Amino acid sequence: MSGEKTSVGLTEEYLSRIDDKNKDIFAYLSITKDLALEQARRVDEKVKNGEKIGLLEGIPGSIKDMILVKGVRATAASKILDNYVAPYDATVIERLREEGAVFLGKANMDEFAMGSSTENSAYGVTKNPHDPSRVPGGSSGGSAASVAADMAVWSLGTDTGGSIRQPASFCGVVGLKPTYGRVSRHGAIAMASSLDQIGPFAKTVEDAAIVLSAIAGEDKFDATSARSWTKSYQDYLTGDIRGLRIGIVKEYLDNLAGDMRESIEKVIDSYKSLGAEIVEVELPHSKYALPVYYIIQPCEVSSNLARYDGIKYGIRIDDNMNTDIENGDIDMPRTLLETYLDSRRYGIGSEVKRRIMLGTYALSAGYYDAYYLKAQKVRALIRKDFEEAYKKADMILTPTTPTPAFRIGEKADDPLQMYLADIFTITANIAGVPAISVPGPSVETDGKSASRRMPFGFQLMGKWFDEEGILCAADAYEKMKNK
Amino acid sequence: MLSKEEVKHIASLARIGMSDSDLEKFSLDLTVILDWVRQLEEVDVDGIAPMSHTIGEVNITREDVARHLSDKSAIIDLFPEEKSGYGKVKSVF
Repeated sequence: MSGEKTSVGLTEEYLSRIDDKNKDIFAYLSITKDLALEQARRVDEKVKNGEKIGLLEGIPGSIKDMILVKGVRATAASKILDNYVAPYDATVIERLREEGAVFLGKANMDEFAMGSSTENSAYGVTKNPHDPSRVPGGSSGGSAASVAADMAVWSLGTDTGGSIRQPASFCGVVGLKPTYGRVSRHGAIAMASSLDQIGPFAKTVEDAAIVLSAIAGEDKFDATSARSWTKSYQDYLTGDIRGLRIGIVKEYLDNLAGDMRESIEKVIDSYKSLGAEIVEVELPHSKYALPVYYIIQPCEVSSNLARYDGIKYGIRIDDNMNTDIENGDIDMPRTLLETYLDSRRYGIGSEVKRRIMLGTYALSAGYYDAYYLKAQKVRALIRKDFEEAYKKADMILTPTTPTPAFRIGEKADDPLQMYLADIFTITANIAGVPAISVPGPSVETDGKSASRRMPFGFQLMGKWFDEEGILCAADAYEKMKNK
Repeated sequence: MLSKEEVKHIASLARIGMSDSDLEKFSLDLTVILDWVRQLEEVDVDGIAPMSHTIGEVNITREDVARHLSDKSAIIDLFPEEKSGYGKVKSVF
């Protein structure tokens, strides 16, 4: 073994790069140096002793701050969890530990995973490693940036409406949202429980497949985790997709601006040359996916986030606390109700408040049928569209995002414009299907003086529980591109 | 347009304290978003059953077995206020 790379050596290499770059890119909210080195030393011992080696033995990665790692701070990028230290491991973290992975730290994100740019983080915005004046996407922007900037080999994110795939597209890395139920959500901070799913980021499709193999499978602590079989997903990357039927949605491509359209058309041509058959499919109700999402998601949020009340954990604003909140009369003694009101007022940011308020309104007396029930029915129609489309095609190819990474501040004051960044990704969450974003040909940005090229991803949406299918097709493209 | 009074009511249901300018801001924001989601009115959903779950699993249960927590202090340490190992809550009335 002498002279070969050790896990401690590899981990130190990544830690020193994080040390160099994090002040500029701000991919990490916390860096778990001691934990990482301790894990790495254990790996080197195992190798030395000839013990059984796991799937990710000694490979360092980052974890979105939405996912609990025992003994490590988990804020979900919110002030209200500023002092929260996770008392247990999420199931995905337990599984990664069993496979020997090394944890470098917790990645920045939009507060409670609500946002598409990381600008909603209470701790500062992550910069896109390809152009620091642009956002990395979101909500898992820190995860995507950490992989793109070689500050992690892999990362775990969560995806409720595109929060893995959209930043993967913006940062030029691979991001996979598994089928709802493929990966246990136990220990992921709950946001919108019928839509949330944990998934991997990596530089290559194969690496993403390996991380998925490590984390997938039934869990008795998540009743929605599916009983279906999981696989060694990396074994399905044959490069052979002859005869595969790839569906495209004509309206999606028609609405793309020039360079983006060209990028996707090149991807389609590549798939043709690999022997896939391109067929047109229709998703007529998908234009309603965004409004359906912005009813269902806030409703679930308003319920899930009721737990942040300043009583059980997190920040409490009351007369017994020294806080650094400048705003006003916090020294006043408070009743229980005032403690709730002020803890949530000062602990939670604007976008998250907006969603809690929307959900509370839509679920309140007299509005339930018009909003929530209606959205659930349209959701059923969207799922049905996919069932129909999958009769003609094995998977559906779309752009991941309507544009490449936008500038920091460009959409920060316009919630609706920000929501539209997820227009192509959100349907997969509504229908529950797996979807992967893969870097396609880069595109020209609107730089006034010096234009530059930015990453641009394409998305493959598969049938329920057919992760191996979309991984295989994604990998075939990647292999051809790298030839 | 959602009135400031309505926003105040929702904020109190959601237990979020708000200043007067917050109420104004949210009344505008919520109105814009609610107007936009109302496009769902045009969709015909006659005879369609509402969907709350995407993969059709039903009634997944497990034995209700108590688990021993090895590190109780990790949870107690998170209480904003603690007394004798219990979380302390303000009096309700």
